Amino acid sequence: MRKRRERVKDHEQEVRVFRNRSLVAAVLIVLMAGALVSRLFYLQVVEHDVFITRSDNNRMRVEPLPPRRGLIYDRNGQLLAENRPTYNLTIVRERVDDLDATLERLVQILGLPKDEVETFRERSLQRQRPYQPALLMSDLTEDQIARLAVNRYLLSGVEVEAQLMRYYPDPIVMSHVLGYVGRINADELAELDPGNYAGTHFIGKTGVEYTYEDQLHGKAGLRKVETNARGRVLRELDREPPVPGKDLTLTIDSRLQHLAYDLLGGRRGAIVAIQPKTGDILAMVSAPGFDINKFVTGISYADYRALQDDIDLPLYNRAARGQYPPGSTVKPFEALAALQNRVVDANDIVYDPGYFQLPNDTRRYHNWLRWGHGRVDLRRAIEVSNNTYFYTMAYRLGIDRLSSFMHEFGFGEVNSLDVQGALPGLMPSREWKREKYNQPWFPGETLSAGIGQGYFMATPLQLAAATATLANHGHWVRPHLAERIGDQPVKPPFPDTKPDVQVDKTQWWNDVYEGMEEVMSGREGTARKAGAGLEYTMAGKTGTAQVFSLGQNQKYNASELAERLRDHALFIGFAPVEDPQIAVAVIVENAGGGVSGLGRELTDAWLLPQSELHDQPGATVPEEVESLDGD
Amino acid sequence: MAIDFQRTAPTHGARVGRKRSLWLRLHLDPWLLSILLLLIAFGLLVLYSASGMSAQTTLAQAIRMGIALVGAIVIAQFSPATLYRWTPLAYGGGLLMLIAVEIMGDIGMGAQRWLEIGPLRFQPSELMKIAMPMMLAAYLHRRPLPPSWRDLLVCGVIIAVPVLLIARQPDLGTSMLVTAAAVFVILLAGLSWRFILSLAVMAGAAMPLLWLNMHNYQRQRVLTFLNPESDPLGAGWNIIQSKTAIGSGGLEGKGWGLGTQSQLEFLPERHTDFIVAVLGEEFGLIGMATILVLYLLLVSRGLVMANQAQDTYGRLLAGSIVLTFFIYVFVNIGMVSGILPVVGVPLPLVSYGGTSSVTLMAGFGILMSIHTHRRLLKH
Repeated sequence: MRKRRERVKDHEQEVRVFRNRSLVAAVLIVLMAGALVSRLFYLQVVEHDVFITRSDNNRMRVEPLPPRRGLIYDRNGQLLAENRPTYNLTIVRERVDDLDATLERLVQILGLPKDEVETFRERSLQRQRPYQPALLMSDLTEDQIARLAVNRYLLSGVEVEAQLMRYYPDPIVMSHVLGYVGRINADELAELDPGNYAGTHFIGKTGVEYTYEDQLHGKAGLRKVETNARGRVLRELDREPPVPGKDLTLTIDSRLQHLAYDLLGGRRGAIVAIQPKTGDILAMVSAPGFDINKFVTGISYADYRALQDDIDLPLYNRAARGQYPPGSTVKPFEALAALQNRVVDANDIVYDPGYFQLPNDTRRYHNWLRWGHGRVDLRRAIEVSNNTYFYTMAYRLGIDRLSSFMHEFGFGEVNSLDVQGALPGLMPSREWKREKYNQPWFPGETLSAGIGQGYFMATPLQLAAATATLANHGHWVRPHLAERIGDQPVKPPFPDTKPDVQVDKTQWWNDVYEGMEEVMSGREGTARKAGAGLEYTMAGKTGTAQVFSLGQNQKYNASELAERLRDHALFIGFAPVEDPQIAVAVIVENAGGGVSGLGRELTDAWLLPQSELHDQPGATVPEEVESLDGD
Repeated sequence: MAIDFQRTAPTHGARVGRKRSLWLRLHLDPWLLSILLLLIAFGLLVLYSASGMSAQTTLAQAIRMGIALVGAIVIAQFSPATLYRWTPLAYGGGLLMLIAVEIMGDIGMGAQRWLEIGPLRFQPSELMKIAMPMMLAAYLHRRPLPPSWRDLLVCGVIIAVPVLLIARQPDLGTSMLVTAAAVFVILLAGLSWRFILSLAVMAGAAMPLLWLNMHNYQRQRVLTFLNPESDPLGAGWNIIQSKTAIGSGGLEGKGWGLGTQSQLEFLPERHTDFIVAVLGEEFGLIGMATILVLYLLLVSRGLVMANQAQDTYGRLLAGSIVLTFFIYVFVNIGMVSGILPVVGVPLPLVSYGGTSSVTLMAGFGILMSIHTHRRLLKH
């Protein structure tokens, strides 16, 4: 090696070069250290506020404290809806390693059918923020909780969480009044105030649970907690307690409600009872009912299909949404229309040969009694439900006057204060027909409307409300289900109440009442059997509605066809006549007739002191359950 | 092979005609030792907080640093001539072990950095951090400087073989640091500026090539560095949390043991690579400036010692050790504060962990050996 060396080591120069290079390195070191200091100055002084906020956001978390949902009572303090602690299965997607595997394992551990995996997957998406638990399944059984606990190590991100859940002690009879709460769905989520519903899983879907959602829900509280990086709460920094939802007291008398349900005896139908002076809905039954508790926990697909496909349509609220031809029950109102419009006097006689004929028309419109009732005045016309008399009145009034007078009693309109989903029925008019069918009104159609047939449709709730108004001498009170919200009584005057029905002579009310009393107690009264032995005065009117076609949704088989083509039977009534305490409307589908007795049973129960209804009300006091905080 | 140190020793810098001080007889440098002890003490203070007030962890680290310090003192007793003699052995041995690791890595799965000999676990790449500058310094010691093209070629081979082996482990951070240690030797030897410049241009051109040869997780680190917010819960988490920790510390810091980012475990790797974020959060800019000043003092003392070295081997080796040490500091703090990519370099003398401390201390031992074995000649 040495042989090939051309240069010799120059130590002095090496030292010089080294010193030189060290100097350059020192300068670079100072510059680099300067860069670090500048960076640190930028982070720690210039941007300090940004990072202090970020660090606080890291450690502090605001957790919603869901409010306790208000309880629901009937007018006697009977508990109708309460909150029970249940155990729910929740999942935080961010903490799950393998979602597919976890969901499959869960379904297996819980012993559910395999297709529930998809349901779980969908539910795991339903939440408002990252790291928020999504509800997979409610109401775990003890056995399921135990099995989850054993397999806990396999299920990171999955938690069993205690929660208050709605429970309805009387789920079937109260189904259409209460409605139910259910899981908040994506559409509802978009509409809700995210702050107030942050910790809430359930929302009122139908019934008063829907109508009074705002009051029942309450106001969410929150707590500020310090957590570590894994989200474990270390301490509570601040707390704003939730404001519990207001308790709701209904006007419903649950014993009258039960009686009404029992009276329908498994038949399809509806009963509405209203206290005329106050508008309190004492009973509102649609039969058959259904188990609303199933909807709270999340009804299974099979169960839901069964309810949907049930030929008796249990989900359908007949009381508020069932639009039936009112039949002869409209006659008292029409009689009043005729008197007020002076097309007849109460004592005027109309001769009934068994039919009515329009001038210049050969078609005969028959009375239900083929040979006729002969000489008929207003009271007798109501008593025997004479068609010829009311064809005559309808003809004399014409559809315009008839329609507008019927509107005053609320036909063709929604007038209830808080009955969810109530439908308006249909009071036909010339304008309506032109708009709907682009056809002129035919005189024959006026006659049909005059006996509550043809296009004329009304709901049981409308009939009860109209009857209550009739009993009140025309004074309108909006029918309502809420009696008290928290401590605040719900009482008239209600906003948007219809103007009272006014007639020129008070006597005319009595003329109609007398006719209706004769229905119950007259020699020829159509409800004389039901009215036998009345201990108070009662006004009533029977009706039948022809079933000319089955609804689109109704499936039927041949053996049931005959039964389902029979007429619907109706009854309206109120009592006592001089001081009305209760007005009822009854409809039983395909009953043919003979439902007046149901009305009588209801008025008896409400009015007679010996009735079971007047035992000391056994109000149940719910076990007070405080809101369960998360965590 | 023996080189006559006496003959080649320059005279300047040596204290002439005086009795050798106690420190020199012990082959220790009081300045260097004091700064080291201050740094270690400060480091233990931070570690105690970063480990969640774990006396056990802190004690373990203290013992480890103590052992490393003893190691440094022992190394300082050997003369540079002895170190010089052992240089080829250290380099060759290190290379063999790297090859062994490579073979074992093929048998095992994934990253393989350790070599197990009985109960001892040894990381050959750590040895290379010292052996590499030793080897280059030893080579250049015998060559006229500045190095010729042929010398540079030999140096290139000496560097490339172990660096490629380390990079294959894969350990990008260490391979870069080993390269840095080697490059410093060559730069200090007087590589012409023109060459340095053209090399820099070539390195720039080689960047895309490097990119293509990187592992996915390494690329991910670079991408995350460029835009950490893009994956705040995944790859960007570390940087976001460390910046938040440092930034929220402000001027004076939140107080010892009171950093929420560190104590509530938002900051990952808080007692190892990211320990300086704990320092920044709890002691603020003042604390950061303090530790930087300590590091700069240490580096300054080191550079002074290097300049006083009497022969090429000692000078180049000492200079490289000091500069590499600073690179450690710069890369770690730069990475934690978000101006450099996350490459997994611990903060020297402060981060929890044994291997790197031992290597660093060995370096300071060599530094003291070079400094205290000078011939003290009269003018």
